[in-house]
Amino acid sequence: MDFSFSPEQDQLRVQARSFLEKRYPLARLAEIATSPDGWDRASWPELARLGWTGASIPEAQGGAGLSFVEEAIVFEELGRALYSGPYFSTVALALPALACAPDLLARVASGALTATLASATQASVAAVEARRDRDRWLLRGEADLVPDAGWVDAFVVQARGPDGIGLYLAERHDARPLVRVLDTVDGTRRLGRVTFKDDDARLLAAAPAAATIIAATRRRALTALALEAVGVASQALALGVEHAKSREQFGRPIGAYQAVSHKLADTYVETELARSLAYWAAWCIAEDEGQAELAASAAKTYAAEAAVAACERAIQVHGGMGFTWDHPLHRYYKRALWIESFDRSGAAHRAEIARAILGG
Amino acid sequence: MDLRDGPEEAAFRATLRTWLETNVPSGLRGFRGWSDPAALALGRDWSRRLAQAGYAGLTWPKEYGGAGQPWRYQAVYLEELAKAEAPQHLGVIGLGMAGPTIIGHGRPDQKARYLAKILSAEEIWCQGFSEPGSGSDLASVRTRVELVGDRFVVNGQKVWSSYAHIADRCILLGRSATGGEKHEGLTYLVVDMKSPGVEVRPLRQITGEAEFNEIFFTDVAVPKENLLGEVGGGWRVAMTTLSHERGTFGFALAGALDVAVRKLVALARERAGNDALVRDRVAREWIDLQALRYTNYRALAGLERTGVPGPEGSVAKLRWSEANQRLTKLAIEIIGREAQVGEGDGAPAYWRHQQLRSRGNTIEAGTSEILRNIIAERVLGLPRSR
Repeated sequence: MDFSFSPEQDQLRVQARSFLEKRYPLARLAEIATSPDGWDRASWPELARLGWTGASIPEAQGGAGLSFVEEAIVFEELGRALYSGPYFSTVALALPALACAPDLLARVASGALTATLASATQASVAAVEARRDRDRWLLRGEADLVPDAGWVDAFVVQARGPDGIGLYLAERHDARPLVRVLDTVDGTRRLGRVTFKDDDARLLAAAPAAATIIAATRRRALTALALEAVGVASQALALGVEHAKSREQFGRPIGAYQAVSHKLADTYVETELARSLAYWAAWCIAEDEGQAELAASAAKTYAAEAAVAACERAIQVHGGMGFTWDHPLHRYYKRALWIESFDRSGAAHRAEIARAILGG
Repeated sequence: MDLRDGPEEAAFRATLRTWLETNVPSGLRGFRGWSDPAALALGRDWSRRLAQAGYAGLTWPKEYGGAGQPWRYQAVYLEELAKAEAPQHLGVIGLGMAGPTIIGHGRPDQKARYLAKILSAEEIWCQGFSEPGSGSDLASVRTRVELVGDRFVVNGQKVWSSYAHIADRCILLGRSATGGEKHEGLTYLVVDMKSPGVEVRPLRQITGEAEFNEIFFTDVAVPKENLLGEVGGGWRVAMTTLSHERGTFGFALAGALDVAVRKLVALARERAGNDALVRDRVAREWIDLQALRYTNYRALAGLERTGVPGPEGSVAKLRWSEANQRLTKLAIEIIGREAQVGEGDGAPAYWRHQQLRSRGNTIEAGTSEILRNIIAERVLGLPRSR
């Protein structure tokens, strides 16, 4: 029983935090979030050079051959910095399907390929259909609310093929497939609508293998978001504490008032509990433990709620300033809300957990 | 990072589990507290058995009769005990608080005199810290400790002392000097509970039982050699006691919560299987339990690295107490009016008792308000609120 990170893993965290603090300080958040692309494209080759895009990719494909625990550290730190590039999309959402093809893994590791997952969501108006055309596949249909759709090199598409749901790869070229970037509340992770009109695709996994990959992808995505949420909550807490120490009213720092300090203490407690759940889920995924699915659900719903509450309390502690556009807090809050909205509601996750423990 | 037991821990766990199956006295199975006189009668024998099997003082150094094991063994021990619904050693105050304090601050003769009998449960200890006028503000204690010739004389009143009615010795924090900084005039003594002038009165609590006591000290003579630390240096000694209170305490709490969640799940399956709102609340409690459990494991890793309990102990106590209150409340809601009847020993009586008892959880061993102050000030570095 050892719930601690190795010295190498601690080193990775230190490296990640210092790189992100230097390159993406809070002061740059607004500029990046309101830029046309919503992210700093120059960052991607750097992330690849740092070994982050290939952390869990085998060494044979140019990766570091590490595990999801290392990726977990990166996710948490990216959340803390509110990094806006397609790391979550590429490494959490697309990578399990890309693993079907070693050449694609090599491109992710080298930083040459970013990708996201285009799948049916409850809000989608039409599923995507895949049909065979001699030796190639063609996709037709629409995937909605696709993370980072506007700027990735490729889409992993969950589409209905002749044998059921399969996973296909559609690389973006000549503005195809069509992408409409939606005006997303979280400007640092925009959603898009992707329309396929007989676009070329490559089959990555057919049914029933695809179902296994889809389930694994979901576990990874939920856990990655739980870790990001922990990073978001930690930063919101740090901002709240900093403000409560320096802002004086009635002759004392407001953090001396328990109505303020106890709110922040609650944020600390919830963030630590969320962190424990998120690390547990990450370890379960890295070790392919049977509990991974429940752990991922528990971690995501708990951490998302904790991050939303952490941001709401931090906004309250900041008073009027916390409510302004100029203060960075609202960007963290919007990411927390984005995370909470992903996949299914907290209540739906808890219903899954209830089925597992109560039956019925 | 490996959340599985290592081979040695797994072996320790398996041996302990088998040992518990055959050694927990039938009268102590499904243990609900020492306030039950029938349980108490079995308590010393049970504690002796634990000690003989080597399960008392697992983390104490070998030179003092402990097993000298890393903290993780204590964690496994507490988990398995909770899982078996077996009581802890009757001398938890001695093992978890007085003993480590004596190891840290005691003289060799004090260690020789007290430690072995704590392990064997020959002597049961209680704690004399809180007073009617001093709860959360512990440094304001007023029980007088005066050095008269070659002995101390103690006068005053202590309260909320678990085990005092059966205790042989008491760790007492009293005031030896007035005026000046209130933390500085404190003195820490070991008091023989059989001394003339010590009177123990049980306090009947919200459940109708008496787990706690008041202790009255009237001109109680305490030999000079019973001083722990220095005269006037009692605060530092008391802080050692309190830091140990929350060392691996979290594991006992999570273990107890694990049992409670399992019982809640059984209750909900039986009586509220399809109620979506109940299912949602049960799932929340299950998630909170996992959060608490893995926070304990993280705390354990820190404790083994640094030897000092981290702030996670406060986190665990705070969240456990609130979780236990919510959970027991949910149980009596599921049961409905039947839970208003205390008769019998079925589920309604069990949960009625647990729910009322849980109201003490956010008060005992550091109120939730004090724990939030500790987190705000010591962890987050916010300014003192007073």
